[in-house]
Amino acid sequence: MTVRPQMHLAVRFPAAGDTAAGDTVVRTGPRTGSRIAFPACERLARTAERGRFDFLLLDEGLRLPEHRGRLHELDPVGWPEPVAVLNALAGVTTRLGLAATADTACGEPYELARRIGTLDHLSGGRAAWRVAATPEAAENFRPGFHPEHAPRSTRTAEFVTVAQLLWDSWTPDGTPRPFTHRGRHFDLAGEFGLPRSPQGRPVVIRGDDCEEAREPAAATADVLLTRHAPLAAARARRAELGRRLAAHGRAPRDVKVMPAVTVVLGDTAAEAQERAAGIRRQRVTPQYALYALERLWGVDLCGHDPDGPLPGIAPRSGDRETLARVGRLRALAEEKGLSSRETVIEASGRPSFVGTPDAVAADLDAHVREGAVDGFLLAADGLEEFVDRVVPLLQERGVFRTEYKGATLRSHLGLDHPAREG
Amino acid sequence: MGVSYGRGPLHLAAAVDLPDCFGAEPYLELVRLAERGGLDFVTLDDSFARPGPDALAVLSRAAPATRRIGLVPTVTTTHTEPFRVQAAVATLDWVSGGRAGWRIGVSAGEGEARLFGRRPAAPGPDLWDEAGEVADVAARLWDSWEDGAEIRDLPSGRFLDRDKLHRVDFTGAAFSVRGPSTVPRPPQGHPVRLVDATERQARTVAARYADVALVRAANPAQATAARDELRDRAQEFGRNPDTLRVLVSLLVDLGDGEHAAEPGHGGGGPRATGRGPLYRGGPVDLADLVAGWHADGVTDGFHLVPVEPRRDLERLVNGTVALLQHRGLFRTFYPGSTLREHLGLTRPANRYAVTGRNVMTGGMS
Repeated sequence: MTVRPQMHLAVRFPAAGDTAAGDTVVRTGPRTGSRIAFPACERLARTAERGRFDFLLLDEGLRLPEHRGRLHELDPVGWPEPVAVLNALAGVTTRLGLAATADTACGEPYELARRIGTLDHLSGGRAAWRVAATPEAAENFRPGFHPEHAPRSTRTAEFVTVAQLLWDSWTPDGTPRPFTHRGRHFDLAGEFGLPRSPQGRPVVIRGDDCEEAREPAAATADVLLTRHAPLAAARARRAELGRRLAAHGRAPRDVKVMPAVTVVLGDTAAEAQERAAGIRRQRVTPQYALYALERLWGVDLCGHDPDGPLPGIAPRSGDRETLARVGRLRALAEEKGLSSRETVIEASGRPSFVGTPDAVAADLDAHVREGAVDGFLLAADGLEEFVDRVVPLLQERGVFRTEYKGATLRSHLGLDHPAREG
Repeated sequence: MGVSYGRGPLHLAAAVDLPDCFGAEPYLELVRLAERGGLDFVTLDDSFARPGPDALAVLSRAAPATRRIGLVPTVTTTHTEPFRVQAAVATLDWVSGGRAGWRIGVSAGEGEARLFGRRPAAPGPDLWDEAGEVADVAARLWDSWEDGAEIRDLPSGRFLDRDKLHRVDFTGAAFSVRGPSTVPRPPQGHPVRLVDATERQARTVAARYADVALVRAANPAQATAARDELRDRAQEFGRNPDTLRVLVSLLVDLGDGEHAAEPGHGGGGPRATGRGPLYRGGPVDLADLVAGWHADGVTDGFHLVPVEPRRDLERLVNGTVALLQHRGLFRTFYPGSTLREHLGLTRPANRYAVTGRNVMTGGMS
């Protein structure tokens, strides 16, 4: 009898504010109060745990996005400090993994390793750290963290190495041991403030969104977040990752590959498509369409009619990429006879999976069964519906847990506890 | 409750520090116990210099396990990022529904500096100057989102009203922050800032920025002197001194029963020790001391640090506090829901908000 490969599921909140997020829950949710008010976070975490998800990932905000020198006001923003929220959520959940994004561009390894390590202890081994590096936020941080002082990728890689050194520094029987690290970016020594983690070591989550991030990710990631790709491309990418892992002496099963995806459901395929189109129309308001065009054109389009044709003027930047994108938009508008706003809607990102719960479950299953991915990171949008309608179908297929087997995030993910050298 | 000159209702707080404790449950037991006693808040100390969990994390974990009690972790300002510190304290306020405080601390030792390897240990005055700057910029960042900046206007698609967000453009000696914050204005407006004003260098920060100052005093005369000094200096900084609560911080050892103070102790009053004034005696005598000092206008209340947390906090709540409640000297339930309300402090106005702006500029946009 063959064992079906098991799927891993996670959810991300709050949406990062990018156009693909489709943050309609926030837009249509309660009109007063803040989107970061704790009851909303608690509801999301409880829903994810009811759906037997592996983990909840919280993003971190280090600066508010700007557009043309002013704060951008069209996308949802406002991020609580993720580790503090996850510690509170540890009190209203019992099994759900709790993952915090924490930046290496602004901060120091000792402080961050201690914060994530504390979450791990207080949650009984459910913590994860998603490694991020956002050099654009230097305006809010101490000097010395500016990216020109050292290349970002090597600082991040060394940062992760130091964090793991600290997490592993106590003896397995709970005696502090001194550590020393002297590297290109960090020079520190002393004793770490925490014993080893209940799960051996917090889970490390990394992204592979740029080429230089792939190698360090293969060296240290337990979970790799990727972009969603069609089956064949995802399989090729997985094979490439396997080769990189082998170079680091790691097996394919040591890293769980989870693309960030969006899902739109309907009772019929046609209804699901109609809902997906409706979400895009709702999201791309006339103001949003102008904002998207201003970003591409690089000029002030105040006064341009979003229901009229695309701007006749040339974009400010003459670089090939910009010209090519403008050209594609013009061709699309011409071919379908679209207004500016309709063109932006037509060109905006599509959800990854659209269909009936049955079709979506089958599609998700296929990606895992074919070895392209190990699971999916969902947007918080529509989580409740996904848990109610898709998760039971995945469970019927025998590809997703009906109960948590273990208590730690590593056990949910099927990852070994790191070797406990003495 | 009668209120005489310079004296408001009695405020009580307790420390919930536990050595070598890394799991959540023992802390939660202590915080729940303190809440049963109706205490204004609990403190949890923190330092990079010794083993122990991150204090703000522990009290974030305690937030959903409690409903009313204030949660005041120590967060240090020397090796941390001011922007992250204010975001974390604001977030504690969000997850606790307005019960967050922040005990401002510094990291003085060379050992702590080596854990970071970023800069050598600085002298005390510099550390507290920087702590003052962090206390200042934190409040500016808390104000950098006006209340109601999240408008979520569906027809226009605007999530924010950017006119209600503000740069802070703060430049200090060792750091600068442009802002605005990434966290919306916390429920209390400003979470409560607490400073232990024992060290001379910390006293300036306490007088200028603190909502609650802790003083060490072994007798009423010392307590009065410390309180008067802080209030005078707060006034020099342009503050109304009644917006500062001064609490006497006492170590308490309730292990030996009533009238068990050492010989020469003078009837159970505190005596000076290397770790600060220590009260050793029974819960009833402690209630007398608390009631007496407060009635004489010597202090706004007490911050009690149990020597044996599990034993002493239980005796404190079920003995001392119960007696004070019985005598009508301490609340028996929480009439308010935020820490500021417990302390009788108003929610601060936003320094960036222009009052009446809508009236003045209505129709101009």
